[in-house]
Amino acid sequence: MSGFAGTGQLLRLALRRDRIVGTVWVLGLALFAISQAASMLSLYPTQADLDRLARTAEGIGANPAVVALQGPAYDAGTYGGATAWQVVTPWAFLIGLMSILLVTRHTRQEEETGRAELVSAAAVGRYAWLTSSLLYVLAVNLALAAITALGFVALGLPAAGSVALAADCALNGLVFAGVAAICVQLTEYARPANGLAFAVLGAAFLLRAIGDTATELSWLAWLSPIGWAERFQPFAGDRWEVLLLPLALLGALLVAAAALLVRRDLGAGVLATRLGPADAPPWLRSPLALAWRLQRGALAGWTVGAAVAGLSFGVIAQDMVQFAAEDPETAELLASLGGSGSIADIYLAAILSWIGMLAAGYAVQATLRLRSEEAELRAEQVLATATPRTGWAGSHLLVAAGGAAVVLAAGGLLAGLAHGLRSGDLAGELPRVLGGAMVQLPAVWVMAAIGAALFGLAPRLVVGATWAVLAVVLSITMFGEPLQLSRWLIDASPFAHLPKLPAAELTLTPVLWLLAVAGLLAAAGLAAFRRRDLASTA
Amino acid sequence: MVTTPMSTAISISGLVKTFGPVRALDGLDLEVRTGEVHGFLGPNGAGKTTTLRVLLGLLRPDAGEARLLGGDPWRDAVALHRRLAYVPGDVTLWPSLSGGEVIDLLGRLRGGLDPKRRDELLERFDLDPRKKARTYSKGNRQKVALVAALASDVELLLLDEPTSGLDPLMEAAFREVVADERHSGRTVLLSSHILAEVEALCDRVSIIRAGRTVESGTMADLRHLTRTSIQAELAGPPDGLTGLAGVHDLQVDGTRVRCQVDTAQLDEVLRRLSAAGVRSLTSQPPTLEELFLRHYQADEVATAAGDGQGAREGASR
Repeated sequence: MSGFAGTGQLLRLALRRDRIVGTVWVLGLALFAISQAASMLSLYPTQADLDRLARTAEGIGANPAVVALQGPAYDAGTYGGATAWQVVTPWAFLIGLMSILLVTRHTRQEEETGRAELVSAAAVGRYAWLTSSLLYVLAVNLALAAITALGFVALGLPAAGSVALAADCALNGLVFAGVAAICVQLTEYARPANGLAFAVLGAAFLLRAIGDTATELSWLAWLSPIGWAERFQPFAGDRWEVLLLPLALLGALLVAAAALLVRRDLGAGVLATRLGPADAPPWLRSPLALAWRLQRGALAGWTVGAAVAGLSFGVIAQDMVQFAAEDPETAELLASLGGSGSIADIYLAAILSWIGMLAAGYAVQATLRLRSEEAELRAEQVLATATPRTGWAGSHLLVAAGGAAVVLAAGGLLAGLAHGLRSGDLAGELPRVLGGAMVQLPAVWVMAAIGAALFGLAPRLVVGATWAVLAVVLSITMFGEPLQLSRWLIDASPFAHLPKLPAAELTLTPVLWLLAVAGLLAAAGLAAFRRRDLASTA
Repeated sequence: MVTTPMSTAISISGLVKTFGPVRALDGLDLEVRTGEVHGFLGPNGAGKTTTLRVLLGLLRPDAGEARLLGGDPWRDAVALHRRLAYVPGDVTLWPSLSGGEVIDLLGRLRGGLDPKRRDELLERFDLDPRKKARTYSKGNRQKVALVAALASDVELLLLDEPTSGLDPLMEAAFREVVADERHSGRTVLLSSHILAEVEALCDRVSIIRAGRTVESGTMADLRHLTRTSIQAELAGPPDGLTGLAGVHDLQVDGTRVRCQVDTAQLDEVLRRLSAAGVRSLTSQPPTLEELFLRHYQADEVATAAGDGQGAREGASR
């Protein structure tokens, strides 16, 4: 059929283009699933341990926040069932995300850049781009399923269940590839196409989160492909008939995508592109306003992420107390996290430290915006106006520093609200938890300031080096104590010096030291930036 | 800051800038007088953009001196930038901002722009300011930067190959606008590949190559160094052209004659042609293109053909 001419060639092109991107996705997601299975085996070495986990699944697992994020447990008393409980819901979500990004990358993005026009002028059929992209995503999902199933079997899980779980989640990935195949027909640009598909993915996750937690609304989960992946019940029944739903939906999506494809021009979308304002708003008149305008979207995303994390961790703090009372091993684990005070406080101090690390991720990303603005030659245009260098760079740093405070406050506020409401002492707990979140700020600022210093002193290395420093710092902060690393190494992390609120007293000295270090590093970076050449080539 | 009226807007002498082992500027000289449109010609990699970036205080020179509007481009950058506008050769914009937002923002950061002039320029360049920057083509991104620069109330315009992405219609609009700018007394430094454009617009020209100025002067000064090409249909065979000093590439085909003539010998050649009886005569003044080619060919005799080809392609872009 001439409509498909060139499909094989384009498929080979996709495989060639993505040999790194595709490999990273497949290995990363396979590793996620296999490491979850491995951790089940190592955390619960005997059947007695598994039975303890099964009780947990009924105890802590009945906590709505856990079920909302992780899905229901069907049979936590076996290694397969426990793995399925840990893996299916988040993994199905991530595979959906991967499939959407890959489809958009190989269809709409190719049209947006004009490469598709070049190729379509050759003997290439109308359906070839879309078909080859979907075949490519099918190949990626099959590779992921095969590697994961092999990994499960190698760990000793039953082969049939391993294959079933992997196939179940891969099929879910294909459904979202189908969703993306429609979205890329609708919009003229890749970003909004991704946005639309992400919205569908998010809605699917949310529908099943509500359906899984609220018994009277459990039918909602049947409206979500991720809900179907759960209800297939891998390692706990393998209800193959459920998979008819995703198969039927996938077929319908592909037919619809093909129908939309033939009704539009190459490069155009079914929906018209929205126009922006013809004039800048009056406030957009300074480097700081520009930095805010450019960074506000990312800040909103990180803030929502921190709020969700705060909510989902905060809501189970009270359960930790109960759970630790019943289970001495959990109490021991929590005590090893450090600090004194009640179990709930120790747990809260730990999760607030995680939210601090999340904020550090935001702060580093926001700081590194300086480098991408410079390297992509947009800084040049601003600095060719009457904008001093320190004013331009300082504006982005200010947004990073202020944004980090917003991210922490969102996480702390939601954690405090959730914990306060569940413990029945909102007025008492909210300020304590919020304070515990905000005390992370000096360490977060130190991470951003390291980025600022490197931006001034070693601009070519700043992106890789800053992320590497952050990764090392987060690793020692999280695993330093359990791995019993030497003291000086643990102390190299700015987070190690923070008072562990609310499980400890507030001590100002380390906080002031960290603030001074952050200030000095940022000042050094700005001073060096004033003296150096701007990047010449992109 | 020095604000006294200067007869020289830009003066550069012996400018050197190295990037690692690469010597991007190698003793460059440039003088731009206040109120003139100055053409800045050179092939890719000659150092045009590097020179502009030094003038903007984005790069610090290794040696030599650069003065801009009476100030030091590095030290007085912010104060000087209030008085100039810059259009980069490769305009990158913030994808999520609309063209209108970028124009207003850049104008405000420079110290304000004239809204009437902005609207007029948008119409002249046929640019829709409501589109998001990510949807603009290269030419449209260039128009955004041009409108922002031209609508600003500044003394000096630094334009780096501003028409490289514009279609011929827009190029014509650009020429009109620059002609207006000259009438209103603004100084323009125009770096360009498009030789016809420089020829049409510029009072004076500097030609650079490998980071060095090879020629500088008015168009008349430079034409002085070049040849006029002549085609003639004669009544009889020409006499006495062969071997005449100052006549090059002579081709005689019966009564048809083609040749290149040095300006100094023009009178003598015409006299000999008319002696044979002229039926038709076409003479073309030297284009900047020929001038350009001669400069590059002079240095690279061995690779003259290839080099000339390259420069011609560059010029036709």
